[in-house]
Amino acid sequence: MTYALKINGKSHTVDVDGETPLLWVLRDVLKMTGTKFGCGMALCGACTVHIDGAATRSCITTVDSVGEAAVTTIEAIGETPAGRNVQRAWLDHDVVQCGYCQSGQIMAAAALLASNPRPTDSEINDAMSGNVCRCGTYNRIRAAIKYASEGGR
Amino acid sequence: MRQTTDTLTRPVSGADEARVSRRALLKVGATAAGGLALAVALPSWSMADGSDSGAVLNAFVRIEPDGRVRLTMPSVEMGQGVYTSLSMLLAEELEVKLDQIEVEHAPPNDALYANPFLHLQATGLSASIRGFWLPLRRAGAAARLMLIAAAARRWKVDPAACTVKDGVVLHPSGARSLPYRDLLRSAAESEPPALDRIKLKEQGQFSLIGTSPKRLEAPDKISGRTQFGIDVMLPGLKVAAIAISPVLGGRPKAVNQSAALAIKGVHQVVAVDEAVAVVADHMGAAKKGLEAAAIQWDDGPNASIDSKKLVEQLKKASESPGVVARNEGHFEQAFSGAARRLDAVYELPFLAHAAMEPMNCTVHYRKDICEIWVGTQQPTVTQAAVATLTGMPKEAIVIHNQYLGGGFGRRLEPDGTLLAVKIAKQIDGPVKVIWSREEDIQHDVYRPYYYDRISAGLDEAGRPIAWHHRVCGSSVVARFSPPLFKNGLDFDAIEGAAEPPYAIPNILVEYVRAEPPGITTGFWRGVGPVHNVFIVESFMDELASAARQDPVEFRRNLLVHNPRALAVLNLAVQKAGWGQPMPPGKGRGVSLQFAFGSYLSQVAEVAVDEKGNVRVERIVCAVDCGLPVNPKMIDAQIQSGTIFGLTAALRGAITIKAGRVEQGNFDSYPPLRIDETPPIETHIVASTADPGGLGEAATAAVAPAVTNAIFAATGRRIRRLPIQPA
Repeated sequence: MTYALKINGKSHTVDVDGETPLLWVLRDVLKMTGTKFGCGMALCGACTVHIDGAATRSCITTVDSVGEAAVTTIEAIGETPAGRNVQRAWLDHDVVQCGYCQSGQIMAAAALLASNPRPTDSEINDAMSGNVCRCGTYNRIRAAIKYASEGGR
Repeated sequence: MRQTTDTLTRPVSGADEARVSRRALLKVGATAAGGLALAVALPSWSMADGSDSGAVLNAFVRIEPDGRVRLTMPSVEMGQGVYTSLSMLLAEELEVKLDQIEVEHAPPNDALYANPFLHLQATGLSASIRGFWLPLRRAGAAARLMLIAAAARRWKVDPAACTVKDGVVLHPSGARSLPYRDLLRSAAESEPPALDRIKLKEQGQFSLIGTSPKRLEAPDKISGRTQFGIDVMLPGLKVAAIAISPVLGGRPKAVNQSAALAIKGVHQVVAVDEAVAVVADHMGAAKKGLEAAAIQWDDGPNASIDSKKLVEQLKKASESPGVVARNEGHFEQAFSGAARRLDAVYELPFLAHAAMEPMNCTVHYRKDICEIWVGTQQPTVTQAAVATLTGMPKEAIVIHNQYLGGGFGRRLEPDGTLLAVKIAKQIDGPVKVIWSREEDIQHDVYRPYYYDRISAGLDEAGRPIAWHHRVCGSSVVARFSPPLFKNGLDFDAIEGAAEPPYAIPNILVEYVRAEPPGITTGFWRGVGPVHNVFIVESFMDELASAARQDPVEFRRNLLVHNPRALAVLNLAVQKAGWGQPMPPGKGRGVSLQFAFGSYLSQVAEVAVDEKGNVRVERIVCAVDCGLPVNPKMIDAQIQSGTIFGLTAALRGAITIKAGRVEQGNFDSYPPLRIDETPPIETHIVASTADPGGLGEAATAAVAPAVTNAIFAATGRRIRRLPIQPA
């Protein structure tokens, strides 16, 4: 079965079973490896992408459920205002360590700030507690989100 | 190539003086592109016989004609920041901007890239800064001196009158300058300076060391561009999903090949000794094929293994004396004469590493070459293991190391690569083997279960006068590097137990090796200290309580001889507001350690609710890691180590039933998340001592700080991890 996907503003046609997770279509079929595999069960958030702007776990999102929706991945998140702010804040606050979870962290944070430009601590917890970081960068993630929410001031 | 030899006047670190060879060599030559290649290396050292294998030289610094400085990184980057910190050491002495340095992953070669502290090309034991603190600065200084000398020759001036900044040599008049790239050929043809003439900068002269530049690789990591092992792409690459026998030593008995092959995108089903792999165009198809294969297993001899029974075996083993690690004074006599005697048993569970990047390895196996792409903490050990497996010469095993999505000790082990090679041998073309999270957690190499007994006697004044710690658990060292397992003693298992920072007369420390069947144990972030510091620091708290003394005051009295340990303790408690009253249900706890060449003290504040649920509300950490090379990286490692240790202390446990690991994914082996992470403060003690290691220190320090705080809040003493609600 072929599916036409709209990813980062470009159209891609893939020939896979409909139940194939979007994660593996991105990584193995389209060779876009910025989106990461961590758990396969939506427990860690490493695979987070945006579907029509909403943070979505691509490891449990089947390709046939995407339809016409716009998929945005880490490779293009810097082209959105919230994504650009978040990436800059991530650099300013030296967030990353091993970096493996950070694509997902940045996608989750960008979705949060796009819908809620001034999140409280508890709103940050709600939006980000689905994203695991084994290096333990959480306190800098929180600081960077606050910094980005204040427009880098 | 010309070289000079001299004698290092001091070891890389005071902590391991005996194992660090003193001779150092400098080699200079031209790069293929006409640049300057330069190496300063400590001679390599063979782990097998302990001999010095001599004058093989590395080549980790090259300055190319376009002005770029290339550093072949002997350590791997797994989040700890060494690609940046080690580059800083070179840039400081070479006098180039940090962003002029380009980093490359080193290929496997102990002779060229061994960490002088570990004598092996390995990244672990918090040893990267300790190992390369001198060699990289010497390399930078030697190159700088040669480039200045080349400029001085051209200008016919005294080199000592020339100055240098950002890769440009300035004429004494200040009116002329020459960039390094114009001096490379002349420098490459000149005699290298004698190493004993190379004067490294004094600490007050540092302009980069001691600052916190941004990580070199951060821009790539925030945009998805960094290539981890799992991201490797090759022409014709297939991917494989695997199932490994759920019981250690089991084998596949029946596989429904045709059902797997009927899945769209599946190409091949491969059975090897302990596993089945389904090879496909993409992982979605491979996983579906693996499910369709409906594998049945022959469990083999370990199907009745149960962790409860393993603990019983350890308990029994802990009742007999072990190999003596330290024996000073007369423990028995002092203990029997003590005014007050305490005994306790402490237990720590098996733990998985659960790095965010699941285990994976890409292999292209051909008749006369086996090419491997993997993120590994030990490329040479991996290469040798593959050579043994395949019967190929080592030179035919080509390893392309990658960025690691976390290591924590898991990627010291070659098992994942060996499995991938066995699979790739049956496949035409390259294959990327990716473990599911469940395979990753259920087929880890686990931190040993420890069942330790500890006793101490106090005199009338409440001072400890006798101390006995019997460590009991499996030996990682005996499996991992048998030559280092000497006289029945595992140096790692007793680290942090044999040399607590306190002055205690009459001390006896023993090690009982007890190997549980059906489970393989390995190094885990924090290694020996992560187990022993929990026990020693918890028991110190028990003694303070028995002596009716404040836990900090009790420790201070035993640290008169140890000013650096005393200083971090004092700083931590001062910053934490130790002694200020806490509301009911809340408490503060403290820990202190010397490990990996660094002193660390932590104070934890916890809140315990009526049901016994623990919430850690604040962590204050004081650290003396010698000269702080990169303070922000130190802060990051303190936070990182603390959170890793906190996850384990609060709920980390691997258990086994019917030979099978009971945990599988992040639901049953749950990591700490952002909403549970307390504020973590790091206070760095100013120091001019050689740098200590820091990647693992805080992992060891946090558990006892938290359990001691629980005791302060509730009177409940935690002697078994993970912490269970009351």
